[in-house]
Amino acid sequence: MIERIKKMGRASKSDLITYALVAAAFIIVQLLLMNGVITSSLRGQLVPICVYIVMAMSLNLVVGISGELSLGHAGFMSIGAFAGVVAASALTGFIGAPIPRLLASMLIGGILAGAAGFLIGIPVMRLQGDYLAIVTLAFGEIIKNILNNLYVGIDGAGIHISFTSVGALAMDGGKVIINGPQGAVDIEKLSTFAIGFALVVFALAVILNLVRSRSGRAIMAVRDNRIAAESVGINTTKYRMMAFVVSAFLAGMAGALYAMNYSSIVPKKFDFNTSILVLVFVVLGGMGNIRGSIISATVLTILPEALRPIADYRMLLYAIVLIAVMLVSNSTHLRMLIDSLKARLRRDPDDDGPAGEAPEGGENVG
Amino acid sequence: MGLQEKLRREARTLADKKEAKATPESKAARAAEGRGTYKAQQAAATGTSEKKRRVGTKMVPLPSDYIVPERDAYLTPALECRHLGIDFGGLHAVENFNLTVGKTEIAGLIGPNGAGKTTVFNLLTKVYQPTRGTILLDGMDTAHMSTDKVCQLGIARTFQNIRLFPSLTVEENVMIGLHNQVRCGMWSGIFRAPRYWLAEREFHRKSLELLDVFGMADQADAVAGSLPYGAQRRLEIVRALATDPKVLLLDEPAAGMNPSETSDLMDNIIKIRDQFQIAVLLIEHDMDLVMGICEGIVVLNFGKVIAKGTPDQVQANPQVIEAYLGVQDEEA
Repeated sequence: MIERIKKMGRASKSDLITYALVAAAFIIVQLLLMNGVITSSLRGQLVPICVYIVMAMSLNLVVGISGELSLGHAGFMSIGAFAGVVAASALTGFIGAPIPRLLASMLIGGILAGAAGFLIGIPVMRLQGDYLAIVTLAFGEIIKNILNNLYVGIDGAGIHISFTSVGALAMDGGKVIINGPQGAVDIEKLSTFAIGFALVVFALAVILNLVRSRSGRAIMAVRDNRIAAESVGINTTKYRMMAFVVSAFLAGMAGALYAMNYSSIVPKKFDFNTSILVLVFVVLGGMGNIRGSIISATVLTILPEALRPIADYRMLLYAIVLIAVMLVSNSTHLRMLIDSLKARLRRDPDDDGPAGEAPEGGENVG
Repeated sequence: MGLQEKLRREARTLADKKEAKATPESKAARAAEGRGTYKAQQAAATGTSEKKRRVGTKMVPLPSDYIVPERDAYLTPALECRHLGIDFGGLHAVENFNLTVGKTEIAGLIGPNGAGKTTVFNLLTKVYQPTRGTILLDGMDTAHMSTDKVCQLGIARTFQNIRLFPSLTVEENVMIGLHNQVRCGMWSGIFRAPRYWLAEREFHRKSLELLDVFGMADQADAVAGSLPYGAQRRLEIVRALATDPKVLLLDEPAAGMNPSETSDLMDNIIKIRDQFQIAVLLIEHDMDLVMGICEGIVVLNFGKVIAKGTPDQVQANPQVIEAYLGVQDEEA
């Protein structure tokens, strides 16, 4: 076993460390839960942490690996969330057990978000750089506004959809699932931490496997040099679209999981601020650095909760931590110091796993 | 793979038609015949006299002053440009560019700065779509194709200012060059199907094989951006070779190299040509390299071809001397 690990390439080793890190975190959290060390407010944060990890990883696929700045990621999350809630209600009669029903709903949410990503991608992939960023921002807002005017109900006859009012649904008994700006109400709380963890592992595997494959290399080639990628016969639009759609799919799954962690959810939750929050996770964890995204999403989701005792100052401290991490990770002096420390540690040639503590910036994929 | 084959077949039939037209004997006849029937239809439709129209038709020869190495004379030329031209606004950046590169020829494209050499490369690789003219790649018309399509048909290039994928390793750079040689879809990639492992093994084997041509296999794991300048240039050539081209376009391959590196490069270019049996078209300012390995040379100035021929012919051409050195003073 150890022989095999030694023989593996740098990239595979780095992936293995990431998986190990996630698995270790899960075991630690489970142990803490069993001993009752975790406060109830933090326990409530476990599913959102998983959701934000998946959001950050999937956005990293677009921003870090495909190299397109997307500012509408929360839009895909909301499509997944509301589609998931509707699916969970509609499937009540068919799938009784909560976990398969949750998984099916997440899959439906993901597929719908992926389809939306494809449709939005058609115009968006004609653009580049700043223009692309602004158009994705606009699409994010459009999705939010559409959901603000969406009324969905379910009764014996099936699903009713309207864009005007609850009255227009013409329901025959049944119940209203999505009520316009008031969002989804009376959601059955299906989400569990275990499913959240499973989603994290799934998303991690999808992204890492994609990146290490022929398609992933093509995606990174387009990021590094579009003209050169075209000149070696890569269809650039196809691979940018691939990253965008896979990312939207994963965000949709995360959205469905997120929605079913609460009893009600409003479209306003998935606005520009959420997109930016996820982007902060990505930038802080390092563009293209998947492990970094996981760590930064976890830390920055726990931080506001952990700082609750100092109430008034917590957002101030949060901001300071953000600034400090950005400065530290971009400081050349510090980078040199870390590099020299690493070099000293690497006296043993086989031991080249970069320690997974400080999320480092940079172009490396890991 | 199916698409590529289909494209090729389609292009070949197209090209066949074109070639038939191009043979000097049949050309005039065909053109007249084509014109004739067209005219006849027109005449029938509008009632104007057929004779009147014919008088106004000016017949011009298709360029036929090509030279190719004798060994390639009976093979389809790797690359043919006919009346190629592009305008940027009102500027004719390249005008009436005619060139034939034999199947295994090493050809040179030279000219003073700003003559439009790189623009020609950009036209050949469809970074720009030509305003006028035809490009035939191994007899296949490349009209309206995108850059990635013409690459799949067999044209590969390097860049004047190196364009590697700097954050990826040397091996990954070559693997990306192999993109269309080894197939593995997104799903088999994500789910690590057996197909993925087979493809990855193939990628690894082929890329090391290609790197070995330049003796770079031991640097396979280095990050491309950290390589020294000369090695980056070599890697770019390897990446271009990985696309399995019929024509390799090298844009100033010797730029920034010292004489000993340049002489290694010359040997390598010849080695590539012999080993892969492909045509090479290169832009270069280093005249030792151009005159040393090029079999045919085209000289471009202000977007127009001013001379064509063997190195000796080109060197003796007064227009070439004028373009490079200016007009000689009569009294001097």
